[in-house]
Amino acid sequence: MSVQTIRSVFSVETGYRLSDDQIVNHFPNHYELTRKDLMVKNIKRYRKELEKEGSPLAEKDENGKYLYLDFVPVTYMLPADYNLFVEEFRKSPSSTWIMKPCGKAQGKGIFLINKLSQIKKWSRDSKTSSFVSQSTKEAYVISLYINNPLLIGGRKFDLRLYVLVSTYRPLRCYMYKLGFCRFCTVKYTPSTSELDNMFVHLTNVAIQKHGEDYNHIHGGKWTVNNLRLYLESTRGKEVTSKLFDEIHWIIVQSLKAVAPVMNNDKHCFECYGYDIIIDDRLKPWLIEVNASPSLTSSTANDRILKYNLINDTLNIAVPNGEIPDCKWNKSPPKEVLGNYEILYDEELAQGDGADRELRSRPGQSLGPRGGRSRDSGRTVLTTWK
Amino acid sequence: MGSWEKRILKSLNSMCTELSIPLARKRPVGEQKELLNKWNEMGTDEPDLSLFRPVYAPKDFLEVLINLRNPNYENGDSLSFRTHLGLIQVPLKVKDIPELKEFFVELGLTTGQLGIDDSTQVPPELFENEHVRIGQKVLAEQDSAAAQQYVRQGSPTALRAELWALILNISSQPEDILYYEQLKTNVIQHDLLVDSLIYKDVKLTASNDDYYFVFEDYLYQVLLCFSRDTSVLGHFAYSSASPPKSYIRGKLGLEEYAVFYPPNGVIPFHGFSMYVAPLCFLYHEPSKLYQIFREMYVRFFFRLHSISSHPSGIVSLCLLFETLLQTYLPQLFYHLREIGAQPLRISFKWMVRAFSGYLATDQLLLLWDRILGYNTLEILAGKILAAAVFAFRAVNLMEVTSLAAAEAVLADLSTLKVMPLLQIFLFATVT
Repeated sequence: MSVQTIRSVFSVETGYRLSDDQIVNHFPNHYELTRKDLMVKNIKRYRKELEKEGSPLAEKDENGKYLYLDFVPVTYMLPADYNLFVEEFRKSPSSTWIMKPCGKAQGKGIFLINKLSQIKKWSRDSKTSSFVSQSTKEAYVISLYINNPLLIGGRKFDLRLYVLVSTYRPLRCYMYKLGFCRFCTVKYTPSTSELDNMFVHLTNVAIQKHGEDYNHIHGGKWTVNNLRLYLESTRGKEVTSKLFDEIHWIIVQSLKAVAPVMNNDKHCFECYGYDIIIDDRLKPWLIEVNASPSLTSSTANDRILKYNLINDTLNIAVPNGEIPDCKWNKSPPKEVLGNYEILYDEELAQGDGADRELRSRPGQSLGPRGGRSRDSGRTVLTTWK
Repeated sequence: MGSWEKRILKSLNSMCTELSIPLARKRPVGEQKELLNKWNEMGTDEPDLSLFRPVYAPKDFLEVLINLRNPNYENGDSLSFRTHLGLIQVPLKVKDIPELKEFFVELGLTTGQLGIDDSTQVPPELFENEHVRIGQKVLAEQDSAAAQQYVRQGSPTALRAELWALILNISSQPEDILYYEQLKTNVIQHDLLVDSLIYKDVKLTASNDDYYFVFEDYLYQVLLCFSRDTSVLGHFAYSSASPPKSYIRGKLGLEEYAVFYPPNGVIPFHGFSMYVAPLCFLYHEPSKLYQIFREMYVRFFFRLHSISSHPSGIVSLCLLFETLLQTYLPQLFYHLREIGAQPLRISFKWMVRAFSGYLATDQLLLLWDRILGYNTLEILAGKILAAAVFAFRAVNLMEVTSLAAAEAVLADLSTLKVMPLLQIFLFATVT
């Protein structure tokens, strides 16, 4: 079901009710996670709440940056936060920022700026009209551009990982082992003259497909396993495992952040496409979460991957190929996981006895199974609860 | 042997005349500057390569090998050889399975291996952890011989780059880096015809490969320098090949005006760049990558595309492959022969490339660990692995009825796990 259809299925006006044997592939208010502005809002709220509770997760360093929860690049909503943004911009005027329309996908409408004049439009509007009347179509987020991405072969890339959520409360999510890296076809250069060249900066396949050098055999994609092999070989095992652990961590934290506001309708499950960028200090950054990750394929390998993805997703959401019953306990048996592995299971985590927060920080004790994507059905990262 | 080399050179020369391009020319200053700027992204260059063809491809080379005969050989008593039905008709001595078992004893079923004993079902305490610990110790002591012994059981990914460097005696000294820079300068200053062949090869092979496309630019940086590296000429002292010679214009036949062409004496063939590609997963610093590749070439790879009687030479490898197959899988062997699908025709390309581009990278690296460990190519491409692959797919192969179908069964090796395959074939087949 597409996001548009979901909107009408769950809208109050239609009065449509899903029966017990109907399962749908989206949560009613998935946009809390998948719209760029709402995702950031929810994560900021979550962090503040943890801080208020005095949770060690919300610990900050001497510069005021969160130690464990700083995984989204500094972001502001436009036009609402325009003035806040200007303040931040002036602190480091040589930085580059990326403007993204809130409601669009596939790289549409995105552009880079490094001068305030380039976004005058949003400041002018906010002065002349009231904040409320801005139509959602024109809402943008502006984020600090990561201009030191990790490069491989001189090329920038990002990670696309698939995460399946079967329920938010308790949180139960699965990570697909076969994620992939999308490479830009053109060599990366942070130089300002190339800011307009979207082939250098944006890794969406939708955009890269139109570049001259796009290759239809490999589609500019690498499997996550290749990435792992390369990083382990050139950087060592510890830092690679730490990186992958951190990636798992930020995915789980982002889900926890929206869990309280999600309508945890029992008829729902959802497979998200997470976009992550790694910088040259091997720190992962969450760029965005997609609700309808592209299931079309650009290469033969891709087709196989997407086919398996759909197959495995449905096996978990609706096990045994039987007629679904939304009242079931949503605990699929190990065998049906396919290429998924359990990322986080709140029930299991809480049941496993209280090894308190001290052990729960990433980067510290990473149990022997650390970040290895070896699945035996157990919770992968039981070091944190 | 000499005639094959003459043929290659002739082919190169005629391409040269046809296209009116000199074998070598000095670049004008403007072009030099441009190339220097583009040094890290030569892949974006789009020179017109349509008129260039690879000088030869593995299958051309195979035809030559098939027609090798030893005129001095007395066939008389050698019953076993007279019944050899494979393509290679040169009676070289090759190891049989009992001899192989002895030679490759560390690959036996009772010894731990990376590539088998580090898989999911095996708890790391049994083998892997200890093996890693030993590896770290070997590195700490910088013991080259121990390293070589160590990698016979496979190298942990994180230690591999350093271990290989230790075994190959590569340590990036300032003079090594300078040497590389000097080669780079040569590239900037002079353009060689073989450069276009290299470009073409990379574009045709590595750029289309799922694993290696990312490293396209590194490949140019390594191979263009390699062509100009006259120190590579040294390996001809122990190779039975000889470097092609060319003469300064107008002085044909006059020895004082002979130069080696290309300067390193090696004319690249279709697929040559795949020798370098897997190394990009280990080394991301160009001069180190270069040194490692050069050393691997002069120790091992050159044997895969030159004619000699060395046990690691391609001729012996082919012969061993065929012998093993014929001896231990006779039914399969005869069947394939019947349908016109001589096994060597299929496996040859794997062996010439040391399986690069055919196996998944992590498996390939495990295989190359063993080449370094045993200092021989016999294991990989060589014989055993190729034979093991056939054995593994034997059931399917028995059912095919054409060469094309046989090729199809064996087309995709990317899911194969190298070490279990080798162990089964070597140590678990009934002799």
